[in-house]
Amino acid sequence: MKEIQEYEKDIASIRTIMERSAKFISLSGLSGVLAGIYALTGATIAYFTIHYPISPINYRTYSLQTPEALSKLVLIATLVLIASITTGLWLSSKKAKKHGLKLWTATSKRLLFNMAIPLVAGGIFILIMLYTGHFGLAAPACLIFYGLALIQGSINTFDEIRYLGFCEIILGLISASLPGFGLIFWTIGFGVLHIIYGAIMYNKYDK
Amino acid sequence: MKNPFDNLDKVLEHRIRLQIMSVLVTNDGFEFSALKEMLNVTDGNLASHIKALEREKYISISKSFVDRKPNTKYKITERGRNAFKKHLDALEAVVKQQK
Repeated sequence: MKEIQEYEKDIASIRTIMERSAKFISLSGLSGVLAGIYALTGATIAYFTIHYPISPINYRTYSLQTPEALSKLVLIATLVLIASITTGLWLSSKKAKKHGLKLWTATSKRLLFNMAIPLVAGGIFILIMLYTGHFGLAAPACLIFYGLALIQGSINTFDEIRYLGFCEIILGLISASLPGFGLIFWTIGFGVLHIIYGAIMYNKYDK
Repeated sequence: MKNPFDNLDKVLEHRIRLQIMSVLVTNDGFEFSALKEMLNVTDGNLASHIKALEREKYISISKSFVDRKPNTKYKITERGRNAFKKHLDALEAVVKQQK
């Protein structure tokens, strides 16, 4: 018969293994903050492309008609996305190494796969909208599909991601009912919320 | 009062077996290599414990080919899930009794 401490250790080991196998815990909070900063930078450049010299909180009365402005916006959004993913992968692999874990595990693969479903569906949907000239709802659609991806992904990583997902969806729906203010909502959703959440996650898990 | 030690599952008293069951109870299907990485054990060690769990019909094995390489996936059976739950309850009872 084993010592009583051994049974306590058995219970503790069940808990850590369950947690470690079901949840990807190497997600870096700092990468969230940086993704937010990239989004803010991108939004500022976008503002000078389409809004300037109108104040950013004013309703944009003329719509996006020139193809150059549109392709410039798509380019900015793509660059922000690539920079955020690269930073996220880099900082998360550093965090995984620090904890003696691997970045590419069955859990992280499942996390990526689960998030990719709403993201790819949303991405194609937005491209179709842009192609068919429905520019007004592109920014809200980004926020809503991203929010759905976060809620889906939260099953395999920190629970807090779920609340970020809810915030993005609510913001997306408000934005959809206020066409013309897409850029400002996009900036809050991808810039400000990422910085706030990244900072909370950093304080809670990375310190 | 009944001794809670009697309810402990002899097969699951070994910690690595318990850990294998913990992974499989939360995840629907896990590969050998992923399991090995998760638990930080050697091939031989893991294989022998998997065999023990398989003998009790606590886990089932499905073999397939992915990119022409053999791919073995383990799943928990209903019997295994019940045994794991019973063992966990017994562990809790044992620890509680001692306090």
